[in-house]
Amino acid sequence: MTLEGKSVFSGIAIGRISIFKKADQQVIRKKVNDPEQEIARFEEAKEKAKTQLMALYEKAMKEVGEINAAIFEVHQMMLEDPDYVDSVYHIIRSQGVNAEYAVASTGDNFAEIFAAMDDDYMRERAADVKDISNRLIEVLQGNEQGEIHTEEPVILFAEDLAPSETVQLDKSKVLSFVTHLGSTNSHTAILARTMNIPAVIGVDFPQDVDGKMGIVDGYTGKVYIDPPFSLMEEYQQKKEKDEEKKRLLLQLKGKENITLDGKKINLYANIGGVSDVAAVLANDAGGIGLFRSEFLYLESKDYPTEEEQFSAYKTVAEKMAGKEVIIRTLDIGADKQVDYFNLGKEENPAMGYRAIRICLDRPEIFKTQLRAIYRASYYGTLAIMFPMIISVDEVRQIKKMVETVKEELAKEQIPFKEVELGIMIETPAAALVSEELAKEVDFFSIGTNDLTQYTLAIDRQNQKLDNIYDPHHPAVLKLLKMVVENGHKEGCWVGICGELGADTTLTETFLKMGFDELSVSPSMILKVREKIRSIDTTK
Amino acid sequence: MKEYRFVIKDKMGIHARPAGLLVKEAGKFPCKVTIEKDGKEVDAKRIFGIMGLGAKCGQEIILRTDGEQEEEALETLSKFLEENM
Repeated sequence: MTLEGKSVFSGIAIGRISIFKKADQQVIRKKVNDPEQEIARFEEAKEKAKTQLMALYEKAMKEVGEINAAIFEVHQMMLEDPDYVDSVYHIIRSQGVNAEYAVASTGDNFAEIFAAMDDDYMRERAADVKDISNRLIEVLQGNEQGEIHTEEPVILFAEDLAPSETVQLDKSKVLSFVTHLGSTNSHTAILARTMNIPAVIGVDFPQDVDGKMGIVDGYTGKVYIDPPFSLMEEYQQKKEKDEEKKRLLLQLKGKENITLDGKKINLYANIGGVSDVAAVLANDAGGIGLFRSEFLYLESKDYPTEEEQFSAYKTVAEKMAGKEVIIRTLDIGADKQVDYFNLGKEENPAMGYRAIRICLDRPEIFKTQLRAIYRASYYGTLAIMFPMIISVDEVRQIKKMVETVKEELAKEQIPFKEVELGIMIETPAAALVSEELAKEVDFFSIGTNDLTQYTLAIDRQNQKLDNIYDPHHPAVLKLLKMVVENGHKEGCWVGICGELGADTTLTETFLKMGFDELSVSPSMILKVREKIRSIDTTK
Repeated sequence: MKEYRFVIKDKMGIHARPAGLLVKEAGKFPCKVTIEKDGKEVDAKRIFGIMGLGAKCGQEIILRTDGEQEEEALETLSKFLEENM
């Protein structure tokens, strides 16, 4: 069975379900002979409830912090509120009824006022009023509040959880919260965020789920009851990955990429579109080492205009707030085809008309992109790198075009900043002439996927060859070393933006070779950082 | 009687926590303290009254103090509003 609700905090929980049972609270309206005695009972209960709330405040202060604990102080004030107290007195005296009933009906009346307000947060406060009223009634009836009776931690299902209930819960026994009522502002949601456990609200669940196994997916808001073994296994893996991610975030966010012996390296992220920037920032990357600009061309039915491109680059530059963003110019052809380019069928597309070869052959397309990038450079720290380079001559042609673009912009009085220029080293030819290439540019970024394919003469799309496609091949590693040395000789910084950059079995090798930067997918940043921080390059 | 006009800046409006703090502050003065929003005036020493206003970000409220120590109360409480809401 699958139930659905709204997730208020992400994460995965797997475990037995326990339905939270509230203490049985039936309030019966009774006529009394001596209303003043009921008022005395009410006053006594109020004092006792206040003492309880004080204790809860102390407990919450320790467990969830002052901001979350403040609610119990507010609860104490609500108990003292003259409007509330007067209403209870009035009902007891005018109707000649028991204190329990007077409190219950006052609680309902006040809760209704909040429930009718046009504001989610305030509507949620109806729960607070009910909570204090229930507390009073419990004291009056001599009952205890509900608890979880369990040895092992459980997924806690409840109709709704009042703040006092959530605080009283033994936190080590709760894997996740699933409630029928509540909102993103409810205490359950706040507590789940503080406890860092998944929570789903708005789930209409049958009572017979009690005691069954369950999975809570705090990413999709789905709750699985009695899941089949295969699903349990799948979620067990997801959960482990998730926990690993949370652990890495907790330990490594904001930390430097520094080895035990003090060597630093830049750790950047690879992205394929504007929407990936969120993941870049969430995973604490130092910049963007490869911004694949192809998406602009692949998602469009015709050549994207300068304005369209400018707007995408500008957005990323601004979102990265001054951190470096390296945009790779158009890299289509080979496995990335776009109809309107009319590239025609080729015998050997990986070695064909692609990337910079198209750009130099059709300068109008290239120039549009360069203008867009330079215009966006004004809004952050941009760099450009060019793919598929094989010769110094190509780089000189590119630089000439860059100069033209800058002159034009200056003439049009459009602001732009200086931009670092770099090239991708992904052909054996570029690696072999890297010493000459280094004199022309500011940096190198090695595209290990193509470099491996060209060096080993293995088509990486051909699955039959997967077993011999080996990016650890000594020939590839020798080229990497050579490129770093040649780059450094001429003052270039050198990085890796291919998949190999995230291969933690090679991180130590890269550090020893002297790489200045690794650019990996956002989800790998912290894993690589963890590796870097465990390495001593002197050993 | 003294009064002070204030526009709420907290994006959550007057929610439970600042309302509670305000009640606490107001309770320290012997004078009458009220808050008015859209013609509805409530006792600032009563938590349900203040929360019941449902005052939101961008809305104007009027703080009034009347009686003993009214000036001192207005000064303290208006400062409290500026700092907390």
